[in-house]
Amino acid sequence: MLKKIAEHPFSFVGCWELREMLGRSARDEQQLLEALEEIPLDSIYYHTHSFFLRHKYIAGPYPNDFATWAAIQVRDRVLGEKLGVLDPYDFENLEFLRAEIVTIIEEHLSELQIIPRAIYGEPFHFMQSRIVEAPTGLKARTLTEFREILANVDISVIYYHTFEAVLRLGRRNGDFALWIEGQLGLPELARKISKLDPYMTSLETIRHRMIKLCDEVLEKEAWSR
Amino acid sequence: MSLLDDYREVVPKGTIDLLKCLAEQVKGKRVLHVNSTKLGGGVAEILRSLMPLLQDVGLDARWEVISGNEEFFNTTKAFHNALQGQEQHLSQRMLQNYIEVNRENARRLSFDADYVVIHDPQPAALGESRLSKGKWIWRCHIDISRPQWKVWSFLRQFVAKYDAAIFSLPRFAQRLPIPQYLIYPSIDPLSDKNRELSEMEQVRILSRLNISTEKPILLQVSRFDRFKDPLGVIQAYHLVKKHHDIQLVLAGGGATDDPEGEAVLSEVREAARDDPDIHILLLPPDANLEINALQRAATIVLQKSLREGFGLTVAEAMWKGKPVIGGFAGGITVQLVYGLTGFTVNSVEGAAFRIHYLLENPEVMTKMGEDAREFVRQNFLITRHLGDWLALMSYLGRGK
Repeated sequence: MLKKIAEHPFSFVGCWELREMLGRSARDEQQLLEALEEIPLDSIYYHTHSFFLRHKYIAGPYPNDFATWAAIQVRDRVLGEKLGVLDPYDFENLEFLRAEIVTIIEEHLSELQIIPRAIYGEPFHFMQSRIVEAPTGLKARTLTEFREILANVDISVIYYHTFEAVLRLGRRNGDFALWIEGQLGLPELARKISKLDPYMTSLETIRHRMIKLCDEVLEKEAWSR
Repeated sequence: MSLLDDYREVVPKGTIDLLKCLAEQVKGKRVLHVNSTKLGGGVAEILRSLMPLLQDVGLDARWEVISGNEEFFNTTKAFHNALQGQEQHLSQRMLQNYIEVNRENARRLSFDADYVVIHDPQPAALGESRLSKGKWIWRCHIDISRPQWKVWSFLRQFVAKYDAAIFSLPRFAQRLPIPQYLIYPSIDPLSDKNRELSEMEQVRILSRLNISTEKPILLQVSRFDRFKDPLGVIQAYHLVKKHHDIQLVLAGGGATDDPEGEAVLSEVREAARDDPDIHILLLPPDANLEINALQRAATIVLQKSLREGFGLTVAEAMWKGKPVIGGFAGGITVQLVYGLTGFTVNSVEGAAFRIHYLLENPEVMTKMGEDAREFVRQNFLITRHLGDWLALMSYLGRGK
């Protein structure tokens, strides 16, 4: 089965993120809340999902910019924790994710007498993400080829085929799982790959876990021969 | 082998190939960078590394420098200070001269390029007449988060005519009718300031500087400027000295053209008086190997700035695997992820506490240094800077 050669090869695409500044900032949590209701979805994306493209090797203390700002700049660890536990993968689209973030902050503020403010820290600066795709020209037709290329490509390839594919391009299980199941006929491996939670780790860890999963399948095949 | 391939061994795997793929999208395009000097300063240092790389990946890249009279450079120096928040008086005559000199340069230089990148305020008025059909980009390297508004609104009329503006930190963004992008500055890992040094080279340089490595070294490399808080560094050193037999090295440029710098230097000398473990080094602007050797010899590097533009000396030290303690200011907060790639502090006591903590926990220093180097590899090397430019040109070239 593993010797199967895909009819359509997997084309590895990398990407580069341009960071566009919206020129809008928030000094306190109320201002953050108000801005959150108005900013473009690309900005929600930037501060939650593409956070991972900027923390490829080292996971930050909190997994999105909103949580990090609340905990570190405002020094409101309670809101930092509430926002930090949020998993953007639980939301069908960015509009739902925006609504949840707004709800969390609204609820939090309703329990407080004063509005927490970044007195010593930096204000929150709203940004948006512009992703420039860069096809690498690398193609895999077998699982062995796939694993080898995956191990050596720029880490943005992992980002593009997981985060970007799922959230902006609407390919819910991610490109890797889709191809492995559809072209190589390996639904179990595809399922395991689609279940990897990139939200609590770094892209480099995701790469290692995917390679490990591929190796397990390849080793099993080698033993059965 | 291309020049870019020389960086393969120091950047993350796959990066060079990705950069080459990105470059394909703008291959053959003509790009012109214009600034006010080829010698000295951070902009020239970055362009010296960036230009050969842009050419290497297939762009037709040129670098031109504007010329001007003394009055022009006095005016632009005043712009610089005013944009960074200092009160300055600029007469109508000075502003007119600024525009005239830019017009003369506009007549002298050729702007025939697909992308024209104008660096900083000095040549910003070149954007007035948009002398070519290409995309015009204004690249601002200075902190304009709290500008003197009269000066900014004068300059803004020119900046608004560009296709995009680039700043080094989100808080430098302004209200402008054009898109604004964030591009961090970078260090060149293969330059004399950052390349690997052999043991022999390092020993030779340190001996020339009269620095011994017998005691742990605290190091701050910066101008003798109040915003860099050298006196605060000495106070922090004194607090730690009670517990650890350490030495402090304050290395900075000469202050001959800066009256306040000389005053600060005298105060620093006074504060360091009678302590043989405090070394004050006045280094010339091209002392790149000396700075490299000092950073490599340091146990902990400090950058206790009270205000800072970006503070690339932090990235330089991090690249050498050193734990860095920096002031909570400007770009230092971007480089030092608290407790992970370094510590940011808000006071002398905070600096002393973190120095003491690190000296007591060498394993934390090692791990922090490793993470710091990795963080720089990922975010602050010239290759990332090159990628940002390629992506921006590709994006703007699509007419978006």
